[in-house]
Amino acid sequence: MWIYARLPLAGEVTVRGFFMAKKVIMTEADIKRTIARISHEIVERNKSTKNIILVGMRTRGVPLAKRLASNIESFEEMKIPVGILDFSLYRDDISSQDIPLVIKSTDIPSSVDGKVIVLVDDVLYTGRSARAALDAIIDLGRPLSIQLAVLVDRGHRELPIRADYVGKNIPSSKDEEIEVRLTETDEMDEVAIIPKPGREG
Amino acid sequence: MEAVEQINLIGLKDEKPQPAQKIWKHKHILDLDDFTSEEIDLVMQTTEAMHEILSRPIKKVPTLRGKTVVTLFYEASTRTRSSFELAAKNLSADISNLTVSSSSVTKGESLIDTLETMEALGADIVVMRHPYSGAPNLASKHVKASIINAGDGWHAHPTQALLDMYTMLKHKNSIKNLKVTIIGDIIHSRVAHSNIWSLTKMGADVTICGPSTLLPKGMDNPQPYFPKVNVTTDIDKAIKDADVVMGLRLQLERQQSGLLPSIREYSRLYQITEERLSKADKGVIVMHPGPVNEDVEIASTVAHGDKSVINEQVTNGVAVRMALFYLLAGGSRNE
Repeated sequence: MWIYARLPLAGEVTVRGFFMAKKVIMTEADIKRTIARISHEIVERNKSTKNIILVGMRTRGVPLAKRLASNIESFEEMKIPVGILDFSLYRDDISSQDIPLVIKSTDIPSSVDGKVIVLVDDVLYTGRSARAALDAIIDLGRPLSIQLAVLVDRGHRELPIRADYVGKNIPSSKDEEIEVRLTETDEMDEVAIIPKPGREG
Repeated sequence: MEAVEQINLIGLKDEKPQPAQKIWKHKHILDLDDFTSEEIDLVMQTTEAMHEILSRPIKKVPTLRGKTVVTLFYEASTRTRSSFELAAKNLSADISNLTVSSSSVTKGESLIDTLETMEALGADIVVMRHPYSGAPNLASKHVKASIINAGDGWHAHPTQALLDMYTMLKHKNSIKNLKVTIIGDIIHSRVAHSNIWSLTKMGADVTICGPSTLLPKGMDNPQPYFPKVNVTTDIDKAIKDADVVMGLRLQLERQQSGLLPSIREYSRLYQITEERLSKADKGVIVMHPGPVNEDVEIASTVAHGDKSVINEQVTNGVAVRMALFYLLAGGSRNE
């Protein structure tokens, strides 16, 4: 039996013990520019920032929502409230094995009635999280409108859902994983595409 | 915007998603002695999320749609039963209450047969209270449904202990080194027993106090299989500098006669009064699992005073029970 040890080379990541080629799609600078653009789009579309609440979908939507808010604050000179949404309780796969069962608090700073809610998430994939988040928000009240902002849209929708603001469209295969890393949660800013290892068949 | 960071209870600042299956191992909730501190942490954190739901105008989430909860109470209860019932309804589970006095139990049906019937009717979770210690444990060996112990004899009342801990956390931020004094009928109190397990596990400094006939024997000796608590019969010493004072009801229905000379003497010597409480820590909170016998174990001015969190405990009870339902029925484990 061969046992050998080496560190992953540049451009490789360790996935379940295998070294895999990782393709970086967005660098730190790309993410920064994209967030700046989306912030402008949000203001442009809504004409004013008065009734906007940015709601980050746990986990990585939260730092993204905060970054969008601080961007908008810097050029509109107005404080944008940021909320946190945990939509786990609304998932349709709550009884299946793979979901993280840990739920955390939802914390929306004010009533959602009559407000423009901008949901923020890192990756839009099947659309099921967005569906759950929509239900979660509607249970809190009656917003004026709900919009969706995502850093990456990777396709493969299973529900009739689209994003209003898209950072980058990344057509991907279902055999690949899109990894979004953010400084707040993962010590670096990066979007990478990684082949899923060990799939049978 | 920094404020949103503070909603994490007990320093759980970690924002990374963790699969709870790695932490949560329980199929049944029988007592807290087999809970790890990580599991208790997880319950507290989940409770915090559920507590937020209770503050909404529409207190309902669809999480446990299609799951069935049955309550099976062989003993009287008001708050525990309705708390479980509301918790299940808030999570959209279906709930059926079996009132033992008007069921086939009076025709001589055994506990196991009753449970098997409940299971055949499709119960996913059975909430059970029984006058005999260990009855839920027996039940858990015979049915596929999850059993939640809602109090068994003198033994345990785990959901009460968890809601007590959550209430303490809401006021004190951390359980570690918290001085908790439990006063009253310790030996007959399943609430005290479960609280001692969970509090000592989380690092609290627990003191139990009561007349020596109502204190369990041997608790002050360090024993490897039992948590270490301070034992005293002196109420003033017990209350001094305490952060939390918990009163317990005299469990007259379980007591033999002759343990107390009279109720009046007990209340003179062991009642939690304003005066005795003034020796405690300034931020002390007063708790009681209810039902309260006012002016016996606790002065009514204290029970309804500004230090009392007794009503808050009831509200938090719903949140804790929602969290437990979610953790038991929200994922498929080895089924």
